[in-house]
Amino acid sequence: MTTSQAPLIPAPGDSRRRPLVVMRNVSKMFSSGTLALSDMSLTVEPGEFVSLLGPSGCGKSTALRIIAGLGDVSTGTIDWPSSRINSKGLPEGDISFVFQEPTLMPWQTVFGNVYLPLKLRGVSKSAARDEIMKTLATVGLQDFAGAYPRELSGGMKMRVSIARALVTRPKLLLMDEPFAALDEITRQKLNDDVLRLWRETGITVIFVTHSVFESAYLSNRIVVMKARPGRVHADFPLVTSMSRDAHYRTSEEYRQACEKVSNMLLEAIGGEEH
Amino acid sequence: MVPASLENSPPLAPSKPGFFGRNRDRLLRTLIPVGVVISLILLWQAIITVNGIPQYILPGPLAVANSLYNDWGTLWPALWVTTQITMQALALALIGGVGIAIFLVQSKWIETAFYPITVILQVTPIVAIAPLILIYAPTTQVALLICAFLVAFFPILSNMVQGLKSVDHNLLNLFDLYGASRWQMLLYLKLPSSLPYFMTGLRIGGGLALIAAVVAEFAAGSAGAGSGLAFRLLESQYRLNIPRLFAALILLSVLGVVIFMITSFIAWISLHRWHESSLKREN
Ligand SMILES: Nc1ncnc2c1ncn2[C@@H]1O[C@H](COP(=O)(O)OP(=O)(O)OP(=O)(O)O)[C@@H](O)[C@H]1O
Ligand SMILES: [Mg+2]
Repeated sequence: MTTSQAPLIPAPGDSRRRPLVVMRNVSKMFSSGTLALSDMSLTVEPGEFVSLLGPSGCGKSTALRIIAGLGDVSTGTIDWPSSRINSKGLPEGDISFVFQEPTLMPWQTVFGNVYLPLKLRGVSKSAARDEIMKTLATVGLQDFAGAYPRELSGGMKMRVSIARALVTRPKLLLMDEPFAALDEITRQKLNDDVLRLWRETGITVIFVTHSVFESAYLSNRIVVMKARPGRVHADFPLVTSMSRDAHYRTSEEYRQACEKVSNMLLEAIGGEEH
Repeated sequence: MVPASLENSPPLAPSKPGFFGRNRDRLLRTLIPVGVVISLILLWQAIITVNGIPQYILPGPLAVANSLYNDWGTLWPALWVTTQITMQALALALIGGVGIAIFLVQSKWIETAFYPITVILQVTPIVAIAPLILIYAPTTQVALLICAFLVAFFPILSNMVQGLKSVDHNLLNLFDLYGASRWQMLLYLKLPSSLPYFMTGLRIGGGLALIAAVVAEFAAGSAGAGSGLAFRLLESQYRLNIPRLFAALILLSVLGVVIFMITSFIAWISLHRWHESSLKREN
């Protein structure tokens, strides 16, 4: 709690920026007795794009949900050194979550769905209108504000979900396999959209995925997890001099990145089975 | 239209689907059932006339129409009474059902404590409680109201409880994430998402309220100025006024149909923009 008051000016000699979120020795035991996370530590700096990879059931979703404050930790701490935190210990308004399913309210229009986070904060509709329309424009849905979710394709619903996550201008965007249910073309297009938003807004992203290719394309840092119990197996940066676009997809550098991630993932899975 | 021009014209733009579907559909949907009913009435009259069946055994549609016209002075107040009881009972059941459902889902303990009671009340045939209610209620009208209320109340309650409990878990998480209060959760998430369940309850409850109002009046069997259609039915039976019995019966089914149409329309109005049950498949 004491670490939460971020000084406006960094202490002399402290040239590093303060981390955005620090997970320290977090364990999570479900009431069923499953130890989903064991002694997991992870520090995320502002502006990073971190991909979280690992075999199914290794606790990726659990870790993400714990960071978002959905569910308590059994032991360990989560700190937000550069945010103001509320009574629940959460930097409310600084975090947004994109689930695997679009998770839209079917009885609300696209506009109404994106308005939700602001409505819950007590912002009036008229005051929120400009911000909502601007956010819808950034995901290319400005013409669909009045449409209902059932009138949209899977990819468009996902865009609405992203717009809803962005409308509060969060510092941290948590995404749990957001594009797993989409076709490859839509997925690549949304990947490019997310990258563009990340570059334009300077937002921090933690992105859970099963796809080696997706993680190698998107992130500048990869965290590979191991299962039973869930913990960090490998944590390494992915640096590239190239800009991440269609060219990058066919480059040797990208191929090498994929190979590296893939090997780490195989290691994490192999170590579990033998 | 000339077939050749049809081939060249772009595919017909589907008109907006409405309550009865597209225009041609809508006409057929109205005409066909009306045609069937008219044919049956004609057949009925023909059988009566051909076989010379006397009115006190089976009146023809003409005799029933006649009675409907001549006895309107007796039947109309009775219809009004039954309508009032049904509507009041339904309104109370809606308020009570939704209110108690909201109360029940507030905590696991509340539900554990009270749900069995509601189930016991629900499975007990209401006709069996009617005599008791008749004893304790101050007037027959109030007794009828209570009976109709009890019967309409439970489907609304159980549908509503189910609806409030089947809210999408991811949406609940999302509301949690954004720090929604209990009140916001109820107002913006739980109530709207249980609307389809509420509408099912409303349609079932509307039908049952009328049935219960009639059955309870049979049980009460009392005469007087404030008698409803069920009493007029019994009375006609005692007096062997069969045409009037049929007339009362027809008024009852008309009332039932009107209630069904109103509740269906309300359900359609509130759900058709977004809910699967009200969608026309367009693929
Ligand atoms: N609510 C819960 N109650 C009990 N156990 C749970 C619960 N949620 C998850 N688990 C268990 O915790 C472990 C980690 O689950 P989690 O969903 O975090 O895995 P994951 O890495 O996201 O898997 P996937 O890649 O398949 O989404 C699993 O063994 C799972 O069975
Ligand atoms: Mg998961």
